[in-house]
Amino acid sequence: MTDNFSDKKPSRRQFLAGAAALGAGSSAAGSLSASGDDPLITEVQEWAQITGDGVDATPYGLPIEFEKDVVRRNVGWLTADTISSINFSPIHALDGTITPQGCAFERHHSGAIELRKEDYRLMINGLVDKELVFTYEDLERFPREQHVYFCECAANTGMEWAGAQLNGVQFTHGMIHNMEYTGVSLRTLLNEAGLNAAGDLKEKWIFVEGADASSNGRSIPMEKALDDVLVAFKANGEALRKEHGYPVRLVVPGWEGNMWVKWLRRVEVLDRPVESREETSKYTDTLADGISRKWTWAMDAKSVVTSPSPQSPILHGKGPLVISGLAWSGRGVVTRVDVTIDGGKNWHEARLAQPGTKMALTRFYLDMEWDGEEMFLQSRAHDETGYVQPTKEELREVRGLNSIYHNNCIQTWWIKSNGEAENVEIS
Amino acid sequence: MSKSRDLFIALGICVFGVLLIASNFADRFVTQLPEGADVVAAEFDFDFKMIAAASASAVGPRDGKFGLGRGATQNEVAAWNGDISPDGTGLPVGSGDAIDGEEIFSEHCAICHGDFAEGVDNWPELAGGLDTLADEDPVKTVGSYWPYLSTAWDYVKRSMPFGYAQSLSDDDVYAIVAYILYSNDIIDEEFVLSNETFLDVKMPNVNGFIIDDRLTSESHFWNKKVCMSDCKSDVEITMRAAVLDVTPEDDANEEAAVSSATETMSNQSEVQAESVIEVAALNPQLVKSGEKAFKKCKSCHQIGDGAKNKTGPHLNAIFGRKIGGLEGFKYSKIFKSMRDDGRVWDEESMAAFLAAPKQYAKGTKMSFSGFKKEEDIVSTIEYLKSFESFN
Repeated sequence: MTDNFSDKKPSRRQFLAGAAALGAGSSAAGSLSASGDDPLITEVQEWAQITGDGVDATPYGLPIEFEKDVVRRNVGWLTADTISSINFSPIHALDGTITPQGCAFERHHSGAIELRKEDYRLMINGLVDKELVFTYEDLERFPREQHVYFCECAANTGMEWAGAQLNGVQFTHGMIHNMEYTGVSLRTLLNEAGLNAAGDLKEKWIFVEGADASSNGRSIPMEKALDDVLVAFKANGEALRKEHGYPVRLVVPGWEGNMWVKWLRRVEVLDRPVESREETSKYTDTLADGISRKWTWAMDAKSVVTSPSPQSPILHGKGPLVISGLAWSGRGVVTRVDVTIDGGKNWHEARLAQPGTKMALTRFYLDMEWDGEEMFLQSRAHDETGYVQPTKEELREVRGLNSIYHNNCIQTWWIKSNGEAENVEIS
Repeated sequence: MSKSRDLFIALGICVFGVLLIASNFADRFVTQLPEGADVVAAEFDFDFKMIAAASASAVGPRDGKFGLGRGATQNEVAAWNGDISPDGTGLPVGSGDAIDGEEIFSEHCAICHGDFAEGVDNWPELAGGLDTLADEDPVKTVGSYWPYLSTAWDYVKRSMPFGYAQSLSDDDVYAIVAYILYSNDIIDEEFVLSNETFLDVKMPNVNGFIIDDRLTSESHFWNKKVCMSDCKSDVEITMRAAVLDVTPEDDANEEAAVSSATETMSNQSEVQAESVIEVAALNPQLVKSGEKAFKKCKSCHQIGDGAKNKTGPHLNAIFGRKIGGLEGFKYSKIFKSMRDDGRVWDEESMAAFLAAPKQYAKGTKMSFSGFKKEEDIVSTIEYLKSFESFN
């Protein structure tokens, strides 16, 4: 499932391996017969003669073997143990906006547990009229909703605060996925338990907790809880994967991934936040003067060019080139993305593949004619609140160098004349 | 039975308007209905009438309650409602001091967090770092960073120790938290931490936090007039990721990697095949249940291809290995003395250890308290034996 990589191999090697693969491909296309014919066309190929797999050869299908490098990857030196760790979605190799579950990043605090639907219980307790317990079956009997939302770890791009560090968009921006969720509105469940006992809902909170050994718990203000929070049991049409909280996880649109509690087992209504470990010692942002921000829940607007990028170099030489990327905002809809190829001297408005939707990934393209000269690629997202994605310098001016979370700065890829790409910072 | 099956299908067609083609499929592929299906069908008929009579009110969106779920019992709420708030709400009656805490900490926590809470490898350090928060690399510990003591108690009780959470008594948690405070010079060794003295403890960084102020402190990121052309004259590279070179990468030649992996695998299966002949055949059923039981161990112990020492030593080819005999692993004192006595892991010693680790090896840092079921011990041993040929 996850590839574990030996550390510190020169990045150039990967590019060269890619170039070699291209060489093989182009020689096939290039080794035309004297008459200029392509043997792939003029000669009858094996796959055109003998039959392929029958139905049910793979009852649950996996990607074809030629795509086996499109997998989650982790960064070994980041954490002490994979059981309490994170890996990264291969966004350099994906297109569109939906992240397939099988390659959507994982983040566990005590490993991915196996919890059967039959053993699943959800408790609503605290300041409610009647403390309730739901089974999985109960959840399926409430009216359902469907929404596409991105889930971004607050630490996405966190390793880049102090400088360009990881050479690949999978590693710099891959703590994100985007799925279509089916579930029940948390509002519906809270109403079922009754909120009269809570009195004025203004200063009230909920505390949500997971069933795994980390029992990850977060406090969420009631206003958000009653707005758009979803108790989800399906993603992209099928059951959640084990690593994403099967059978039930919380979906907190636009807010940091740590709050999307997996294996959700309890929702407590409170008149105060709990100030748990994950909302005090972690997921807080220390500024230059040593004072730290807390309750920084919303993920600000952000974008990145996913291709070309260090793991997805230009192999076809000059001529038509598709620049492709992702943009998102935890505060609403992405309305516009600008792309520069000269490091910010001149910007071009990119084409959004589809109109942006609230708190979901938006795919953008810039179609261009590449002259084979080096480029400095950047993208800049705008959202419906008027927010414009800042540069790394602008962020550092406000927050200093000690932040870990919420780095939504503009990313730069240096595209060299041979098509190779590198993560850099520029003036 | 066949009559009621027809009825069931017929009902299906009339209630759900199943298409003709679907009923064709149903005719051809209908399977044996479960026992009691005729009862279901009869109930279905009844429901159908009810729905027909009340269809106007039963369909469509509704406000209010659905009558789903059931009331939680007091014991159930007590079992799960464990969170502790900064004002001490939720704290159970109990107490502990740093002197008791030191011993408990060294038994349950030190293997990752270090004897002095200083942190081992990449595991979190829990002590020190006072007045470093404004430095270039702040040291964030319970003492230097955590604003509320309740957070420490809550986290230790619910989520620790790693790999065996929710196994500590309330008094043990008070003692461990007291030891962490003591390691941070926040309390002295006479101080008894209890539900009553809890709020007497002043956390150094309690005033070190502000609520998210991005809307004001970063208001200039909103409605910024962006430049689109001739925005700057020069662009220079100021930093390159390749210089740092910390990016993990695929092995250079994937094909080579794949073929060598295949080689290793076939080598292994050869080795395994050999060892199957050498060693008495394993009971595959038992190995399988052992794999399940081993889940309790695997947060600390690796086994199989490429297994390394983690929180605990790797367990490849454990039988016949000297107790405490892996080079490079930091064993508890008891294991070092067992090694010096020349003792070796065999099925008997392993069974005794797994039944009551702390009795068998007094002073072991392993936090696991032992398998309660004999069959878990037997199957775990069988599972361990299936890795005899791994290094």
